[in-house]
Amino acid sequence: MNFFTRKKSAASAKERLQLVLIHDRTDLTPAQMESLKDDLLKTISKYIEIDHETVQIGLERDGRSQRLVADIPLRSSSHHRMG
Amino acid sequence: MTAQVITVTSGKGGVGKTTAVANLATALAMDGRKVVCIDGDIGLRNLDVVMGLENRIVYDIVDVIEGRCKLKQAMIRDKHYNEMYLIPAAQTRDKNAVSPSDMVRICNDLRPDSDFIIVDSPAGIERGFRNAIAPADRVLVVTNPEVSAVRDADRVVGILEAEEKGTPLLILNRLNPTLVKSNDMLSAEDVLDLLGIQLVGIVPEDENVIIGSNRGAPVVTDAKSRAGQAFRNIARRLQGQDVPFMDLTSQGGLWSALQRLTGRK
Repeated sequence: MNFFTRKKSAASAKERLQLVLIHDRTDLTPAQMESLKDDLLKTISKYIEIDHETVQIGLERDGRSQRLVADIPLRSSSHHRMG
Repeated sequence: MTAQVITVTSGKGGVGKTTAVANLATALAMDGRKVVCIDGDIGLRNLDVVMGLENRIVYDIVDVIEGRCKLKQAMIRDKHYNEMYLIPAAQTRDKNAVSPSDMVRICNDLRPDSDFIIVDSPAGIERGFRNAIAPADRVLVVTNPEVSAVRDADRVVGILEAEEKGTPLLILNRLNPTLVKSNDMLSAEDVLDLLGIQLVGIVPEDENVIIGSNRGAPVVTDAKSRAGQAFRNIARRLQGQDVPFMDLTSQGGLWSALQRLTGRK
């Protein structure tokens, strides 16, 4: 990034803080979050087929509270049969 | 009369807690309120110098707790406002000399004769912080628009909520409107969005704050200072008045410079 395309520092500060605060508040490190995601997907995969490419799992803030939001697209059974 | 106990805390040190306490107390006293300030920073006493009362200290809060003096004897009357007092922190003693229940008891003894009791919390989230929040009816969290200060403020807000002290109000201190304008400083909106708590005031960066501390005369006594105005406004809000937030964006512009020159402010 050069001087002209560099993002203004306030935006970086806010973005970085958003992430840090979520981890501070939930007391969950990024590594623990990754292993939570893996376990979650493993468990779900036992019952349904998941489209692993497009899965989105993350923590979101809502005022002073946090939520774990997961968007887990399923493989359609027809797709499965054809594939 | 029964006083409201307001504790000022921050997590991070150096963000302006002591300055905020001295200024809010003085502004409340200027409005005719009876105020007692308590320095909760055992071992690192500072509120006395910021208020210009360092030469009048005889007894401190640990002397009260350990029974070496009466509560009244440790209350130092301000030089200018007859109904403002300071109870200084002990300077050399062990931090465990004060407990949360001592703070609650001292504040309860003070409540009948005052309007506001303002407790200056030490930095951190240890014993001194626990002592400072124990008697609080209301907590104010001071932060600066900087990553480290905001992060620590968020930790403190989380602890206060977990301790069922309610959601504190925010004082955003040392905001530099020019840097915010050029997108190189977090704005008040950014900080509020990150912390998710309510604002009680924004104090612009102002060299008069240091000048006030140097003299032991809090900046609220300077009628022309913007930071002084901001603290006076916060004091009014603490008294339940609805005071609009100052427009900080106009600071430093040609128009406001002209207004200042012509004394219209």
